[in-house]
Amino acid sequence: MAKLLAVTIVIIAALSAVPIVRHTWEPPTDVSKNGPAIDHQIDETMTEAGICFLAGQVVLAFMIWTAAGRGREHKIGWLPGGALGMVILAFLIVGTEVIVLGAVSSKVWAQAYFARLGAGAIPVEVQAEQFAFYFRYPGPDGIFGPIHPDLINDATENFYGLDPRDQASADDIVTAEMAIPVNREIQLIMHSRDLGHSFYVPALRIQQDFVPGLDLSVHFTADKIGRYEIVCTQLCGLGHYNMKAYLDVMSEPDYDAWLKKEAALQ
Amino acid sequence: MGIIVEDAVKTAHRPEFGRSGGNGSRHIIPRDARSLGLRESHPSGSSAIWVGIAAIIMMFAALTSALVVRQGASMDWHHFDLPNILYFNTAVLLASSITLEMFARRFRQRWSSPVLGDSGSPWLYATLVLGAMFVAGQYLAWHQLNSEGLYMASNPSHSFFYVLTGGHVLHLLGGLIALVYVTAKLKRFTLRQSTLSMATKYWHFMDLLWLYLLGLLWLKM
Amino acid sequence: MHDTHAHATEHHGPPRTFIRKYIFSTDHKVIGKQYLGLGLFAVFVGMGLSWLMRLHLGWGNLAIPGMAWLSPNGAPGGVLTPEYYLQLMTMHGTIMVFFVLTVAPFAAFGNFFLPIQVGAEDMPFPHINMMSFWVAFVAFCILFSSFFFSDGPALSGWTAYAPLSTVGAIAGPGQGLGQVLWLSSIAVFCVSQLLGGLNFIPTTLDLRAKGMTFSRMPLTVWAWFITSTMALTAFAVLMPACILAILDHVAGTSFFVPSNLVVSGQLIPHSGGSTLLWQHLFWFFGHPEVYIAIVPSMGIVSQILITFMRRPLLSYKVVIGCMVSIGFLSYMVYGHHMFVSGMNPVSSIIFSFPTLIITIPATILVLIWLGSLYKSRLRITTPSLFALGFISMFITGGVTGFFLAQPPIDIMLHATYFVVGHFHFVMALAAIFGILGGTYFWFPKMFGRMMDERLGKLHFWLTFVGAYCIFMPFHYLGLAGNVRRYQAFVDDYTVHLLPIHRFSTVAALFTGAVQLIFLYNLIHSRFWGEKATDNPWESTTLEWSTSSPPPYDNFGGRHPIVYHDPYQLGIQSVSGADYIMQDSPEEVRPEPTETH
Repeated sequence: MAKLLAVTIVIIAALSAVPIVRHTWEPPTDVSKNGPAIDHQIDETMTEAGICFLAGQVVLAFMIWTAAGRGREHKIGWLPGGALGMVILAFLIVGTEVIVLGAVSSKVWAQAYFARLGAGAIPVEVQAEQFAFYFRYPGPDGIFGPIHPDLINDATENFYGLDPRDQASADDIVTAEMAIPVNREIQLIMHSRDLGHSFYVPALRIQQDFVPGLDLSVHFTADKIGRYEIVCTQLCGLGHYNMKAYLDVMSEPDYDAWLKKEAALQ
Repeated sequence: MGIIVEDAVKTAHRPEFGRSGGNGSRHIIPRDARSLGLRESHPSGSSAIWVGIAAIIMMFAALTSALVVRQGASMDWHHFDLPNILYFNTAVLLASSITLEMFARRFRQRWSSPVLGDSGSPWLYATLVLGAMFVAGQYLAWHQLNSEGLYMASNPSHSFFYVLTGGHVLHLLGGLIALVYVTAKLKRFTLRQSTLSMATKYWHFMDLLWLYLLGLLWLKM
Repeated sequence: MHDTHAHATEHHGPPRTFIRKYIFSTDHKVIGKQYLGLGLFAVFVGMGLSWLMRLHLGWGNLAIPGMAWLSPNGAPGGVLTPEYYLQLMTMHGTIMVFFVLTVAPFAAFGNFFLPIQVGAEDMPFPHINMMSFWVAFVAFCILFSSFFFSDGPALSGWTAYAPLSTVGAIAGPGQGLGQVLWLSSIAVFCVSQLLGGLNFIPTTLDLRAKGMTFSRMPLTVWAWFITSTMALTAFAVLMPACILAILDHVAGTSFFVPSNLVVSGQLIPHSGGSTLLWQHLFWFFGHPEVYIAIVPSMGIVSQILITFMRRPLLSYKVVIGCMVSIGFLSYMVYGHHMFVSGMNPVSSIIFSFPTLIITIPATILVLIWLGSLYKSRLRITTPSLFALGFISMFITGGVTGFFLAQPPIDIMLHATYFVVGHFHFVMALAAIFGILGGTYFWFPKMFGRMMDERLGKLHFWLTFVGAYCIFMPFHYLGLAGNVRRYQAFVDDYTVHLLPIHRFSTVAALFTGAVQLIFLYNLIHSRFWGEKATDNPWESTTLEWSTSSPPPYDNFGGRHPIVYHDPYQLGIQSVSGADYIMQDSPEEVRPEPTETH
């Protein structure tokens, strides 16, 4: 039975590795500037973790195979190196991996979060609520009008609670879909109307939670035209599974046209 | 191996010592007649009191960090004067620690000295009274704040005031119950040194905790 | 070395009435069995909930037989509503983490075996110990009762993030009373575990038998000791957090609710609170909690492996050092649950390093187990199979941690099925295999009868393969971006993943059904199993030196004196056996071993 267990473990390990090696199920193709670094980090980690996984399971299987069935006539053996050897091995192998992965991933993280916002970044605000995303563009004045929670009225589509008398709000453009020009940095200002939500665009390699009570911002650049899904990833109630919106990455002229069209609909 | 058995001591003029019950099959270690409680000849798990104290410290540490974060989270923190009775209550609680310590010392002395006489129990009663006074005093403090319009939900600083003082009083009440238990054991002459020691440590800790909380409240409110 | 005489403290005579014997018992062994019963009941409830979840995920419009009767509101016509799915999911997670993974390896086995393994007659405060169980039981009842009130249990997940969990019923079904019941239940559970800690730690520190120095304590005792110190600090933080959340619900406070929230068209009257504060408090508890769930199993697996390899581990001290460092580091890593939560991105970097570093002691442990197998005399029995299975699952669960520990990778994998796969491997598989192994190993001692070996081995094989089939696919789903806590998959980019979900569902139902073999084995063996000897596995620690089951005072009036380290195996005993018990006065003569 021990040998059967050993074989089973190896088979399970091998079968588990197959979809990874064959890239059977992949995330949506990356279309962002920061994406390649993240994807590369995942690949690196997959290689190292994969080797650890396979090695661990194979060694376990080997040990089971050889140790079982040894009776009193067989002497108890001690692994060369003993416990100290295992400690050193762990520190060397895992320690190195940890430091390298940690260092590189900090760099990748810094790229996403500590890079300074470019001067020409386009500000777009996203508001999350049960169970939809709405987007707001500041309009020609470049200023987002103040939000008045008491004026919020979904029936009249005043999702943000904007006061028509506020000058800054007059030219704000509120939309149900997000459109951005390709190859332009976007500053996404994230505001939650009610609870915790999250903004996840797998294609852009971006995920960030909204924090109710705090408007935070992230920035990114999309480098490929297309239509991508935005989904909510923080449990926000019964409609959480269906809380989504679309992100359209367009050429600059298309984007300008779209913005004009949306402005007219306000 | 086996139970340690003390020599029976002539007890002609002493009242009958109580038993702890248990159908006569209990592993009671018989007492030294000249003491007022049970002789300890084995460990009693008294590290438990440190376990309990550690847990309570963690709880108030969590509340402290919640307070700090909450204060920083928004601009709505209302500073107010602490009711004066709190300071009086502090003195009462400190006094109760002193009286408890007086009792504990007298109790310990009984182990080694052959002098019979006063068990020191008035000090214990004083502790109970002072403890109850503290609880009453805290209630008065809350009452005073209420009458000034400071309720649990009126402001985060008020919320924390009630939560911290309320949490402390609840734990203190537990300590009071422990002291009542100690009193009952004392009266039946079955009080062990370890029990008293644990109760005393707990009570002193409640004192220290209160001093800490008072400082925190004074600083933050 | 600290050497203490251990005699029972205020020792009670054996109870006579049924109530005192089996219901309100102060005997740590009965309390341990009660906890085990609670854990067993809870795991089947939790599993049942998971079947409902998986069925719904695989076939969203499926009318599940019986559900319309069980919950006409939650499953009209037998089809789960979106909110009911989330409510079942919340209860599944809560029940499993608290009432199975904290109760079984720690409260159940620890209560039964800790005093015996250190040579004590009972724990120092038996009444408090009894209270610990009944308070836990009450906590379970409070939680379970939320199924029966108005709009059902909370739906905010076992993590109950604010403000969803603190603004009340307006946020969704179950968020009013259901959430308050959840918070209350957990607060009460915290109290129960703190009461347990008041017994566990003093038993280990103060009540060890003569000769039982710290370095002669079995690894399970060390594991329970480390776990109880973690439980002490972690639960003591969760309790006030729950109380503050309850106050937000019922007293109008704003600890966790910020200003200007408009939920379902209504302006919420709270203001100024911090939602991240809840996350910090919760995860400060939550991360040590998952180590509380696994460290006892590490001890149990070590104990089982040593017994069935017929030799000690490569190093007793290193294993303890690893468990201690894991316990210590577990407090520094909690922010890895919050990498993208909106906390300062610098904090994310800071938390990622201890998270990566904790891999080192975990790896050392695995290497020591693997290295100890080398040239051992491995016996294949049901307990040893589960212990070996544990290692396999712990490796798998552990390596996926590499991904989640790095913040930029977490950007892609946070809140996806990858995380669900990771924690199910370490908790639902590894920790549970530790519990199952412990059950098969200690059943003879607890109940005086042997479990059926053939059924046990069948249980192992089907569960091992079945469990891998359920949870390995979750990693692929996660890498593809499949988000968790969804009751259905309506996004374009995940529609093609549905067949994987269905595969996992079928595996889950199959593996779930297999657990009935275990249940049958437990019940049948309890009453009709072959009678067990004192030491059927030829093990060395003190519980095997007394009868099966142990007498009321554990050692029948005898006060064991400990002469040896806990794992004198692979040696030559005078009686011809290859082991010497801890309390045997015989001197150890090591067998000649291989030179290298």
